[in-house]
Amino acid sequence: MIQIENLVKTFGPKRAVDGVTFTVERGEVLGFLGPNGAGKSTTMRMITGFIPPTSGRVTVGGHDVVESPLAAKRLIGYLPEAAPSYPDMTVHGFLSFAADMRGLAGEAKRKAIGRVIDLCFLSSVLHQGIDTLSKGYKHRTCLAQALIHDPDVLVLDEPTDGLDPNQKHEVRNLIRELGRTKAVVFSTHILEEVDAACTRAIIIDRGRIVANGTPAELRGMSDLAGAVTVHAIGADAAAMRDRLAAIPEVARVEQVNGGVRAFPREKRAAGELARVVAELATREGWRLDALRTEEGQLDEVFRRITLPDTAKRAAAAGGGA
Amino acid sequence: MSGAWKTVSTIARRELSSYFTSPVAYVFLVIFLLLTGFFTFTAGAFFERGEASLTSFFVWHPWLYLILVPAVGMRLWSEERRAGTLELLLTLPVAPWQAILGKFLASWLFLAIALALTFPVVVTVNVLGDPDNGVIAAGYLGSLLLAGAYLAIASMTSAMTRNQVVAFILAVVICLFLILAGFNPVTDLLARWASPAFVDAVAAFSVMTHFDGFQKGVIDSRDLVFFLSVIGFALFATAVIIRGHRAG
Repeated sequence: MIQIENLVKTFGPKRAVDGVTFTVERGEVLGFLGPNGAGKSTTMRMITGFIPPTSGRVTVGGHDVVESPLAAKRLIGYLPEAAPSYPDMTVHGFLSFAADMRGLAGEAKRKAIGRVIDLCFLSSVLHQGIDTLSKGYKHRTCLAQALIHDPDVLVLDEPTDGLDPNQKHEVRNLIRELGRTKAVVFSTHILEEVDAACTRAIIIDRGRIVANGTPAELRGMSDLAGAVTVHAIGADAAAMRDRLAAIPEVARVEQVNGGVRAFPREKRAAGELARVVAELATREGWRLDALRTEEGQLDEVFRRITLPDTAKRAAAAGGGA
Repeated sequence: MSGAWKTVSTIARRELSSYFTSPVAYVFLVIFLLLTGFFTFTAGAFFERGEASLTSFFVWHPWLYLILVPAVGMRLWSEERRAGTLELLLTLPVAPWQAILGKFLASWLFLAIALALTFPVVVTVNVLGDPDNGVIAAGYLGSLLLAGAYLAIASMTSAMTRNQVVAFILAVVICLFLILAGFNPVTDLLARWASPAFVDAVAAFSVMTHFDGFQKGVIDSRDLVFFLSVIGFALFATAVIIRGHRAG
């Protein structure tokens, strides 16, 4: 549904988005990750046609966003960053305006408004002025606007920003649910949302895509991925460490709180090292409390991918000064 | 009504209702009516003239609008930019010209409502004497076009900045220039050292020159074309400025 080819956006000398290419199909929820200022919002603004790309192409449902913007925009529901809405309108007035702009009328309009009110839990504030609402309600009002025409493509810029934990949970569930039938792109810098809602995630740093895969694949890029952690009751940690280090497949061993972690020499099929360690435990007569293969942690991957460059850049700037 | 115009009217209706849900509209209407009353009857010496016409009413409009119309138009785009709703509006299936025209028409209609509420002066002059109502109608048409020209300029300056005060001041300065180019004291001054052709050329850019005819009851196509082209040009400039912002 969304096809992005070699997208570039420069603001003066700064390349905010630098050759981004990806596609999102119907049934996919793509999480867009990256540090602040990485180019997430700029990319989303180009997908929705708010700003034109410097070069490259965006097509939505086969319509080029620059050449036939209206056809593309009809397919898209967009929640901009900071969820703007008209403060002088009531929630119902605002949704009615959004429905009119989407060409809904009569019964279809009434149904559409009712549907998004239920989806976004807005019934209690329906006739309140938007300027009197709390941030969470304002946010959901703008989200409701994006859903009103039941779009095929959803572009959500930080949809859970400013929500309380319960609302965050609801919105993630909603995104996952909507992703079954639509193409969804959403940006976030909360890594747990990737597991909670995404089928695929892209990490972008300084305008470039630095990782693209399923949440499990991204976690697999972690150093931790494939390591085996053993917790045993009443065992001597130092002795365990020595035994584990003696296994040929183990590269190094680390003590973690209450247990020992063995890192494989090379990343293997999950469970293989665990089997070797389990056999060792049986031979040694360790009373195992836990033995697991680590999946890796997204935040570790995220930091490793995006941090070294930032540090390098800071060092370069320091050297140049 | 085709889809494109339906979008224009949806945007216009939202904009117009936003005037009336805030106190701005009522404050503006009261001040507008008080000021027109003051200028017409006190400063304009309506009764002392002893003639059944609205000359003392219309003659003040270029000056009155100089302050009041930019006050109405200054928020058109700067407010959308400040609140971030510009991004929302322009990512809906709407072409920029539809949004620009819809918002402009809404505020023009608002000014038309304000102008229509001055009907008591028409009633008064008809009760007291036997005026030429054709001249009065032409005066109203001219006044509406004048307001539209100022408003389109305010729309343009409003698109330039997210600060409403800056938008207001820029609009007042441009409108003042359009007045002064044809204001008699200024043209007299110019005539001392410039050729009459040059003076006429400068005056041709002035709203005063083109508003005069309407006050006298003459609807000249050149005057119509002047006001409509100022509106068209300023709205086109609004579109160019907005596109410039988006292109970064």
